[in-house]
Amino acid sequence: MTALFGELFSYTFIVRALAAGTLIAFCSALLGVSLVLKRYSMIGDGLSHVGFGAFAVALALNASPLAVAIPIVVAAAFLLLRISSNAKIKGDAAVALISSSALAIGVIIVSSSVGINTDIYNYMFGSILAVSGNDVIISVICSVAVIILYILFYNRIFAVTFDEDFAKATGVRTGVYNSLIAVLTAVIVVVGMRLMGALLISSLIVFPALTSMRLCKSFKSVTICGVIVSIVCFIIGIVISFTKGVPAGAGVVVVNLAAFVIFTLIGIIKNSTAK
Amino acid sequence: MKVLECENLCLGYEGMTVVENASFSVEEGDYICILGRNGAGKSTFVKGLLGLIPATSGKVTYEKGMKSKIGYVPQFMVLQKDFPATVHEVVMSGFTGSLGRKLFFSKAQNEKVKGILEKLNLSEYDKASFSSLSVGQKQRILLARAVCADSKVLFLDEPASGLDPAASAEFYNIISDLNSNEGVTVIMISHDINGALRNGKKILHIDKEIEFFGSTKEYLKTDSYRRLTGGDLP
Repeated sequence: MTALFGELFSYTFIVRALAAGTLIAFCSALLGVSLVLKRYSMIGDGLSHVGFGAFAVALALNASPLAVAIPIVVAAAFLLLRISSNAKIKGDAAVALISSSALAIGVIIVSSSVGINTDIYNYMFGSILAVSGNDVIISVICSVAVIILYILFYNRIFAVTFDEDFAKATGVRTGVYNSLIAVLTAVIVVVGMRLMGALLISSLIVFPALTSMRLCKSFKSVTICGVIVSIVCFIIGIVISFTKGVPAGAGVVVVNLAAFVIFTLIGIIKNSTAK
Repeated sequence: MKVLECENLCLGYEGMTVVENASFSVEEGDYICILGRNGAGKSTFVKGLLGLIPATSGKVTYEKGMKSKIGYVPQFMVLQKDFPATVHEVVMSGFTGSLGRKLFFSKAQNEKVKGILEKLNLSEYDKASFSSLSVGQKQRILLARAVCADSKVLFLDEPASGLDPAASAEFYNIISDLNSNEGVTVIMISHDINGALRNGKKILHIDKEIEFFGSTKEYLKTDSYRRLTGGDLP
């Protein structure tokens, strides 16, 4: 065990992946609670596909991926929020439409410029090798910003998540806080995509919240438990990715799935013994 | 003192007019019950007054500083079945609108939540999970939340629907108490005509347009009342 960790930390790329990833896992768990409870889970998924399209454009233009992707995905977040707050069912379909279109356009741009290569494979499923020193710095800055903003506006985020009508009626600027949640999500999706992959990043948002909701009953405890679950699953996932040579995103998702199953079982046992 | 004034308010969804040319004003200390048949636009009207639905024309003006002193008890909450929130968290969220520039709730507000729960006989549920409670308990918790924000104006959308007669009577008592002893202005939609006539000081009868607005006593003489109770079909 110690030998394994000794070996792990001797590689710079693993240290980078762990440093950037733990913070991203922290943030995605925070935002996930609100997104899941507001039924915005699809937005995370939609944003990651748009992010893939944006990365493809950056790749074709030979520009910095994050510099191109962050503004595009933030803009998409506003658009998706608008659509899904209008009509429930139509919004859902529109998100699916936008996300698959963005993915399709991204694939076309890539295949007609650089061709489908390992880079693209890594963008889709994540890679622990993909995180550069620069990425770590950007991830740390973005994550710390997300965490601070979340804590500062925690009470308002709860109010908007629990009952938007009441919040709005009593003078809370719900539009501002919905946008805040969407923008923070967009940033985390883009920053986390290199590591987790475009197709798998949304699970990092959805799983921790759902897992901790099996056992925790207050908003605060779900948030805190979600963060812990998210970070632990992420680290185990990266270790699996390293030792078994599987894509990082896939490793993390499978560990999250396992945690979800375990929490669900404990929840069932707890409920049946309580009765 | 006037609390809010509503001038020629029109509301609608996707080109369909639901409320037309509504004008009336609310005085401090009023207890107004909104009556009308199903689909008459009662809920839409209240949502329009609260600013949850944009007006297609006309306007609603609140007395200065009143907007942050509003409490609202919605008809029923569209809430995920297992939404994780304790009663304390839910009631506390009533203060969010009055936070102003502050970021966190104060100790005093925390104490006040306990006081309100005690007053409504809900202290034992402080740490309970909100979603595990019965409809009647939830409704009282939501009233507690609405009362939290130092509310001077309380909007209620059929608060007693789904409550058994005893719980409903108790609910009306709490609201009457708030109105007469704490000076809270009450605007309530009701399906329960008898409850409304017994407790409300004024009646607003709406059927797309405001058909009647005045004292409860006057209302009993109108055609609107007769039609609503089915006593005298046109």
